[in-house]
Amino acid sequence: MKSHINLRNVVVALVAAGLVLLPLYSQLSGNIFILTLFTRIIIFALAAASLNLIMGYGGMMSFGHAAYLGIGGYAVGILAHEGIGSGFIQWPVALAVSALYALVIGALSLRTRGVYFIMITLAFAQMAYYIASGMSRYGGDDGLTIYKRSTFGGLIDLSNRVQFYYLCLACLFGGIYLIWRIINSRFGMVVQGVRSNEQRMQAIGFHANRYRLVCFVISGTICGLAGALLANNTDFVSPAGMYWTRSGELMVMVVFGGMGSLFGPVIGAIFFLVLEEVLSQFTEYWALIMGPLLLLVVLFARGGIMGLLGRFSRV
Amino acid sequence: MSDPLLRVENLVRRFGGILATDNLSLDVIPGELHAIIGPNGAGKTTLISQLTGQLMPNSGSISFGGRDVTRLPSYKRSRLGLARSFQITSLLPNFTAADNVALAAQAHDGHSFRFWGNARKEKHLRDAAHAALTRVGLGQRIDVPVSELSHGEQRELELAVALATKPQLLLLDEPMAGLGVTESARMVALLKELRKEVTIVLVEHDMEAVFALADRITVLVYGRVIASGDPAAIRSNEEVKRAYLGDQHVVVAHG
Amino acid sequence: MVLVEQSLNGLQFGLLLFLLAAGLTLVFGIMDFVNLAHGSLYMMGAYFAATFTAWTGSFILGVLLALGATLLLGIVLEFVALRHLYGRDHLDQVLATFGLILFFNDAVRLIWGPAGLALPLPAWLTVPVQILPGVFYPAYRLSIIVVALVVAALLYLVVMRTRIGMLIRAGASNREMIGALGINIKLLFTLVFGLGAALAGLAGLMQAPILTVQIGMGENILILAFVIIVIGGIGSIRGAFLAAIFVGMIDTLGRAFLPDLLRMVLSSAAASTAAPALSSMLIYLLMAIVLVVRPEGLFPAAKR
Repeated sequence: MKSHINLRNVVVALVAAGLVLLPLYSQLSGNIFILTLFTRIIIFALAAASLNLIMGYGGMMSFGHAAYLGIGGYAVGILAHEGIGSGFIQWPVALAVSALYALVIGALSLRTRGVYFIMITLAFAQMAYYIASGMSRYGGDDGLTIYKRSTFGGLIDLSNRVQFYYLCLACLFGGIYLIWRIINSRFGMVVQGVRSNEQRMQAIGFHANRYRLVCFVISGTICGLAGALLANNTDFVSPAGMYWTRSGELMVMVVFGGMGSLFGPVIGAIFFLVLEEVLSQFTEYWALIMGPLLLLVVLFARGGIMGLLGRFSRV
Repeated sequence: MSDPLLRVENLVRRFGGILATDNLSLDVIPGELHAIIGPNGAGKTTLISQLTGQLMPNSGSISFGGRDVTRLPSYKRSRLGLARSFQITSLLPNFTAADNVALAAQAHDGHSFRFWGNARKEKHLRDAAHAALTRVGLGQRIDVPVSELSHGEQRELELAVALATKPQLLLLDEPMAGLGVTESARMVALLKELRKEVTIVLVEHDMEAVFALADRITVLVYGRVIASGDPAAIRSNEEVKRAYLGDQHVVVAHG
Repeated sequence: MVLVEQSLNGLQFGLLLFLLAAGLTLVFGIMDFVNLAHGSLYMMGAYFAATFTAWTGSFILGVLLALGATLLLGIVLEFVALRHLYGRDHLDQVLATFGLILFFNDAVRLIWGPAGLALPLPAWLTVPVQILPGVFYPAYRLSIIVVALVVAALLYLVVMRTRIGMLIRAGASNREMIGALGINIKLLFTLVFGLGAALAGLAGLMQAPILTVQIGMGENILILAFVIIVIGGIGSIRGAFLAAIFVGMIDTLGRAFLPDLLRMVLSSAAASTAAPALSSMLIYLLMAIVLVVRPEGLFPAAKR
């Protein structure tokens, strides 16, 4: 067996510990902003982790993952708008609707491969965006304000910053644990096998697309959870939050962190959102730097941050 | 003669205007090693791909164990006991040798919608993988990633993967391709062992191996069967000689 | 006649979509390259046209300069960044060109400001033309149709009748072959990319006087171009043309007539709620149907 102590794992452990201790730091230093920022980062990390499941392990390049953020969010927002405030109803509905959408879109998109798949997931997500814009009862283009966060019968108070932070963190760690179990399970072995050689997997007796589709649905469902969290975090859902550039950003987080690395999306989300924050303090035109940076990462640092750490570990 | 295990009748496959498989009929009897030979472009791989379901024929029929499988997708044929090895090694490069074989065992061990338990720790899958790897002489290389195996080892692993699906019929697409002399000899010895247990269809360029192993040989030229029979009959067949000499293959004269 | 007018609008929109999709599918077909930033070139075409028209005071001159500028920009872009991405993973290409979109959007914001620009038409293009007895149609929209049709015909001639076109077609159906022919591939690729950029720019600047020139204008229409490529079949110019007209028609006619049609079956309140969502969904539903029936698209370039 290889040793488990290497640079990569040390970084992962430090980041995880940092995330757990962050509210303490925020409390002591009185820096509330950092807690707000990292709540958002954690939610995006969960969304990116779900995307990594299909991209990194399943080989499915979905360019429509922001749709689930929107669907999960709108499930919470619409139910709240209609007077159903209980999270025990809102959240299962958010997950179920995301799963259903993923099932339909997946069944259609998986009829194709490669670039087609990228274009089609993108197009369907754009359709979801237009549908959200067209829902005039729920704010249309302007979006929908959520006046009361999901309630969980006194178990947890989502309006409490720290409690909400830890809920998000628990969802993130839970999601990553789930993905870890999945990729090492029989199912996960098949999905990874299909990614690397579909024809071979068919030849030894696997109906490749069925496994792909289930993986796609699991990923969408997890991302729907991130959507429900995000809606509670911002007290607001809008079509803009599911615009296609958001899907692109999720992809960027996955690739920055290192595709197919379990913890990579978390690192990627931290890197991307912190960088965005820092850059936007210097200049209003932060994308002028982020855009070319992305180009450079693609050209020169293919494995992302986890890949780089892994390379140093081996030396 | 017993009932054929595999029966191919009037199979036709076109690519654009080219007939890659031209009204081809073929029987494979249980227990035999049936070799298919022919010059380059004779349509051997096209035929194998139709037998395993990667490619659908334009017309004709394929039955396996008495059941019509002509329109069955490849994963279903695999479950019936039809296994293939690929001409161009097509393993899963990031997985270890054992992972590759265990996946094949898993494919024939119920469905794989199990999301929780660690598949690498399932004893009977690992055992099956070890057994198949030991069978092909890779017992010492179990945990080596495929990308670090030599070409010869990869060919042997191909065979182990096919064996792990517990096939009734093994379709081998040029298992000796690219092997050196010693590796080839090992492969021939291995196939000699395997043929005692399983029916084999062997597509191969290495004539020495074919004539050493085969019970029956079918010769394809331009997608058509020009001769079929035991090695002695094939060796003395005039049309076969012409076809091969015309293609500057002088190998048939061997032996 | 509203129907005639809306049909012409649909045709005009479809032709614009074709100009965009043609460049995209050419670049994909010959270089196996997915360029998300194609929509940015569309946007740049519009911004260039607005700027050059204001500078020169002449619409025609502005448009010609803008066309050249977009062509040049495309060539520079290909030379500096994109040619390093040929042969890479499609994911890499998507991400890198996504980065370019971010860059272009902010660059435009920096140079031209966040507010949109207007591209005013010269007086002679604003007059309505009588196309049928009693039916008038704006001269400018009519000229878009004419120009786009002429460009489509030229493109057809170039692709079907010239040596370069032969190479492009050969490349689309068999990439190894052009390599084997000993062509200066790098030059050919740059040329095709520039051509695609100019087509995108042309589409953008022609659309500009109808809508405003604004940041992100190329993004929604790029996704429509993707839908067209999926429907038409990747790498197929003919497929892109037919699918583009089809999509343009359905989208325009859907938006124009669906509310009234729905009102016949639904209450007027329900209809006015459902109509906008449904009409924006139409083309995606169309794409879904094509995927179910013919996943390879309606007119695939070559069976591989």
